[in-house]
Amino acid sequence: MSRKLIRGGRVIDPANGIDAIADVWIQDGRIDAITSVREESDADIDWRDTEIINASGKIVCPGFIDTHVSLREPGYEEDESTATGTAAALAGGFTTIAAQSDTCPVVDNRSAAEFIRLQAERARNCRVYPLGAVTKESKGEELAEIGQLVQGGAIGFSDAKSPVANSEVMRRALEYTRMFNRPILHFAMVPELSEGGVIHEGFQATRLGLRGIPAAAQDIMTGRDIALAELTGGRVHLMCVTTADSVERIRRAQAAGIAVTADVTPHHLLLTDEVMDSFDTMYKCNPPLRSAEHVQALIAGLKDGTLSAITADHQPLAFEKKQVELDIAPFGICGIETLLAVCVKALIEPGHLTWSELISRLTVGPAAVLGLKHGTLSTGQPADVTIIDPDEQWTVKASEFRSRSRNTPFDGKVFTGRVIMTLVDGEIRYQKGV
Amino acid sequence: MVLNNLPVSGPWGERHLLGLERLSAEQLTTVLDLAEHYDRATLGGTQRLDVLKGVVVANLFFENSTRTRTSFSLAARRLGADTVDFTASSSSLSKGETFIDTALTIEAMGVDMVVCRHRTPGAPHLLARHLKASVLNAGDGTHEHPTQGLLDIYTIRKARGRISGLTVALVGDIRHSRVARSNIHGLVKLGARVIVCGPATLIPSDITQMGVEIAYSLDDILPEVDCVNLLRVQFERQRGAFFPSIPEYANLFGMNGDRIRRGKSDLLVLAPGPINRGVELTPDVADGPHSLILNQVTNGLLVRMACLTLLTQERRRLQGGEA
Repeated sequence: MSRKLIRGGRVIDPANGIDAIADVWIQDGRIDAITSVREESDADIDWRDTEIINASGKIVCPGFIDTHVSLREPGYEEDESTATGTAAALAGGFTTIAAQSDTCPVVDNRSAAEFIRLQAERARNCRVYPLGAVTKESKGEELAEIGQLVQGGAIGFSDAKSPVANSEVMRRALEYTRMFNRPILHFAMVPELSEGGVIHEGFQATRLGLRGIPAAAQDIMTGRDIALAELTGGRVHLMCVTTADSVERIRRAQAAGIAVTADVTPHHLLLTDEVMDSFDTMYKCNPPLRSAEHVQALIAGLKDGTLSAITADHQPLAFEKKQVELDIAPFGICGIETLLAVCVKALIEPGHLTWSELISRLTVGPAAVLGLKHGTLSTGQPADVTIIDPDEQWTVKASEFRSRSRNTPFDGKVFTGRVIMTLVDGEIRYQKGV
Repeated sequence: MVLNNLPVSGPWGERHLLGLERLSAEQLTTVLDLAEHYDRATLGGTQRLDVLKGVVVANLFFENSTRTRTSFSLAARRLGADTVDFTASSSSLSKGETFIDTALTIEAMGVDMVVCRHRTPGAPHLLARHLKASVLNAGDGTHEHPTQGLLDIYTIRKARGRISGLTVALVGDIRHSRVARSNIHGLVKLGARVIVCGPATLIPSDITQMGVEIAYSLDDILPEVDCVNLLRVQFERQRGAFFPSIPEYANLFGMNGDRIRRGKSDLLVLAPGPINRGVELTPDVADGPHSLILNQVTNGLLVRMACLTLLTQERRRLQGGEA
């Protein structure tokens, strides 16, 4: 029988409407109770065998959930492995992640999904649910063995950064996945419009002579996906929304009762395409960093819940892959360990979101997308808990990442707010500095 | 003549020359004045000086270019510098060695200055971050080509004595043109009115934020223009069709004898080359009295001599004032 007490923190549990200084009691790996702060002089409590974690001045909240994380194993172990990626997730405060299907080979069959789960069990870090590919080899042509992937543990379906460009294939996929009540996580992008692009199409692209990816490339596909979700009754989740018009389309679709959800990354909330005049490949991501008016619309969408989840869109890439010219460098930011800090800078410090709203987009929001019960501190739930020091000023040191990769544009930058402890099943799996 | 005692000394202070965007009007004028000095001092670039004696300039070309590389080599040698040429395949992926590793290798051979041409915008900026040598951008993809911009501007200034108040039309494929961008930055700062003219598919509409006007009809603007700079149609940079056919392009935007007659009597015709005769301009225009195309080539040498000198001067200043 093990008992833990996380004592005296500011407990924020958006699912239960809690935001108060309180004690969180954990019994045998599950949340036992949230009570007012108790003193050791309180005689009605049996203090023996109670491990006390002092959380005074800290935020105590449900462990974060990421809807799509690229773990790169098997096939790209030079970038990341399940063990390093999940360790990085814990350091970022994540206790549950959905593993993206873009491994080599692609997770388009049952055994591939089971391998992901096996490696996650071996790593024993955070919870990992595989995403299965929508189409075989993510080529967008034929449906993957979706039913068997479900049997192998697939929690949803995604072809990662390869859009399912063929509308007929996407239509069948949405109809077919409906049988299993699993979402399709789609990267909405019209390939003909984005091909060869490296930066948002706009003044910066013109100025720098870089090929642009127009906002319309995302808007058009977002509109198509919404129409197909309406047609089929399937559930579509749009990954990495970056444009004002896409936000507005999703908002209207949700109001009309269509089953569409969406997420956004912290870097698209903090940065604009103006940073690209450094020609620094660390800023190269897909979709590209947009201009300020899009950022404003994303923040508004996050505030009103149109965008219900924040994802790191974790894309670890080995050092040498980014040490090349901008047009041949791969897209992606290794972001799961800096997600909270970047969100604080982009959302909390300017006063756009409250802590409770931010945590909701990192817990109940993504949990609903994936159909999970995690993301709350409700009694009886597994004790997946993240403890944050909201006041800690710290400098990002990519060299200290738990991720195998270092491709971050935030190296050396100073942030406020840091995850200091992460518990899974009531067990401390990450502790800052340990 | 010693380097720290040049007859022309305006503001400079740049370790690298990556683009004209970051240069001020005063810095631009410094280059143009020094080029003009070299014009006289070398009798139009034909005499040798030893201003850059002992300096090693590496031409690092990742994209084919005979004329720019030759011009840089000649400019360096006219000033007494040693040059090494390094031509590589355009993609570092195909070589198995990264672009930066290649550049570091060259630098390790004792190079003071790297003249870089690359098909990727920002490639010279990447080098500038990694090398101790001065980096001179000789064209980075569709971004900038500062010495071409400078030589075009020098050519106009030499013909007219000024830039301020002139109207210059850049005609053609603006979208894919590094020459256009460098010209725009330089001309606008020096007070010219700049019109970009070409097919709508090849003019990004937000280019107006760079201080230029957009025109889709060459015939409409011709009467107002003092100089037309006919940009080469960049067939190799275009993906897909941006205009229906070459005859249609020539019909709408090609410079021919008829258009010359409708322009100002002293209209200047520039073309950065290599020119596609019959596309951007007809042979009678290319070889006619309005054409400054060959002057541009000569002036390119002078402007590059000026740039190499200023960069070396700054480099020595930073190293602690060597005579």
